[in-house]
Amino acid sequence: MILVNVTKRLDTAEGAINAHFELSINDSEFLTLFGPSGAGKTTLMRMIAGLEKPDSGMIVVDGDVWFDSSKKINLPPQNRSIGFVFQDYALFPTMTVRENLLFAAETADQRHNVDELIELVELTALSNRLPATLSGGQKQRVALIRALVRHPKILLLDEPLSALDPGMRQKLQDELVLLHKRLGITTLLVSHDIAETVKLSDRLASIEKGQITQISSPMEFFSPQTLSGKLQLIGEVLKIEEDFPVAIITLLVGSSVVRTVVSSEEAAVLTIGGHAIISTKAFNPIVIPLK
Amino acid sequence: MESEFLTTMALTFKLAAVTTLILLIIAIPLASFLVFSKIRFKSIIETIVSMPLVLPPSVLGFYLLLAFSPASAIGSFLTDHGIRLAFSFEGLVVGSVLFSLPFMVHPIQSALSQVPLSIIEASYTLGKSKIETMIKVVLPSIRHGLISGIVLAFAHTVGEFGVILMIGGNIPGETRVASIAIYDEVESLNYAMAHQYALTLFVVTFSILLLVYTLNKKSLGEIK
Repeated sequence: MILVNVTKRLDTAEGAINAHFELSINDSEFLTLFGPSGAGKTTLMRMIAGLEKPDSGMIVVDGDVWFDSSKKINLPPQNRSIGFVFQDYALFPTMTVRENLLFAAETADQRHNVDELIELVELTALSNRLPATLSGGQKQRVALIRALVRHPKILLLDEPLSALDPGMRQKLQDELVLLHKRLGITTLLVSHDIAETVKLSDRLASIEKGQITQISSPMEFFSPQTLSGKLQLIGEVLKIEEDFPVAIITLLVGSSVVRTVVSSEEAAVLTIGGHAIISTKAFNPIVIPLK
Repeated sequence: MESEFLTTMALTFKLAAVTTLILLIIAIPLASFLVFSKIRFKSIIETIVSMPLVLPPSVLGFYLLLAFSPASAIGSFLTDHGIRLAFSFEGLVVGSVLFSLPFMVHPIQSALSQVPLSIIEASYTLGKSKIETMIKVVLPSIRHGLISGIVLAFAHTVGEFGVILMIGGNIPGETRVASIAIYDEVESLNYAMAHQYALTLFVVTFSILLLVYTLNKKSLGEIK
């Protein structure tokens, strides 16, 4: 159980704001901090990691105090049981994949497990390569397993997939889901990608202008009017073709492009590049198993 | 004559080696401070470090000579402790360290400023102390800057003339380095000897630079 209640003054593009975050994260939970850039998501994560100091408040992890302004406790990142995955991977350029992981290992056991972790993400063949020779997806996998070497209590992922192409993104999302299921490690993800958030997280904390505005399940957040027996997909609007009284809209759902017809009125509230939910009352859908 | 030549050359390279070693020890923390510190008076320190680039060597030599003289506060303090810096090898080392400081600090500083902050933070989140991070993560990734600094500081000290002439004079075996010897030989119209010094310096410095650039290119190729 992780309890966070911190405040910090943030300098944003729209001037200074007083951020206040109050949050509790359950054991083994996958929680996503979701919101626009500059809202304070990354700052909150860096405060949990000890890379930034809150102005006041406390951070308690499984009963251990990591930060408490009233008692002047502020553990350095070295003494916090965390695994941090940076947006730019942050691999050590002069060490091979294996050396990057061995650098993180502290005990003989952890050193022993390094090869197993490399195998888990299918990088055995590349374990003696330097990071500069790897693709973005491979680098990200190394960064992820490097963060896991020390068996941290909490895994912090700062937009880890944002620099990858869509195909690689989806693949790594799947791997993250599997890894989280397998290791059961409490995970905090910073994201502003709706599909990623829905796919990965148990709960979502929506952050805007330094405040947590809502904590709920991702589906509840993105489609508040839940109806049972309804099939719904979230997609990105690619194109809107007006043909009064209807409009043909093209959406990207997952990796497939879907075209559908809506009324001009419905189309008027959509914007290209924005996200939309397509739902159909699943009275008579055609369901064919995929081979 | 031959043995005097060898003594002078040995002294020249000894001075360069000692100076380079001291500079390396000073420059790493100094460059880290200049890159990572957010203190306000930083630009004053930056300016002082860079001064030898623009200051005539004779100006630095002149003030050092005044400071080393037993009549000054620093000089009398040193004399009381049995240290004589004017016209001595130790004095040359002090002068060379000051004069070659920017040549060591600048390459290290510019290499350090290219190190992404995230790899330093990543090392911290993996439980590594600041010192361990410096030795195992930062220094290996700035090794090209370190090599450039070492070569530049060494070569610059070998070629130094003005400061040494001011504070060292021309004492064989003590303060007489190759660049001074060349001047001296030319003045007494002994061109053959001047040639011997000059050509040796030329060949040695050329070889060092060539070796470094070849090695540098090789290890850069490995990374890419």
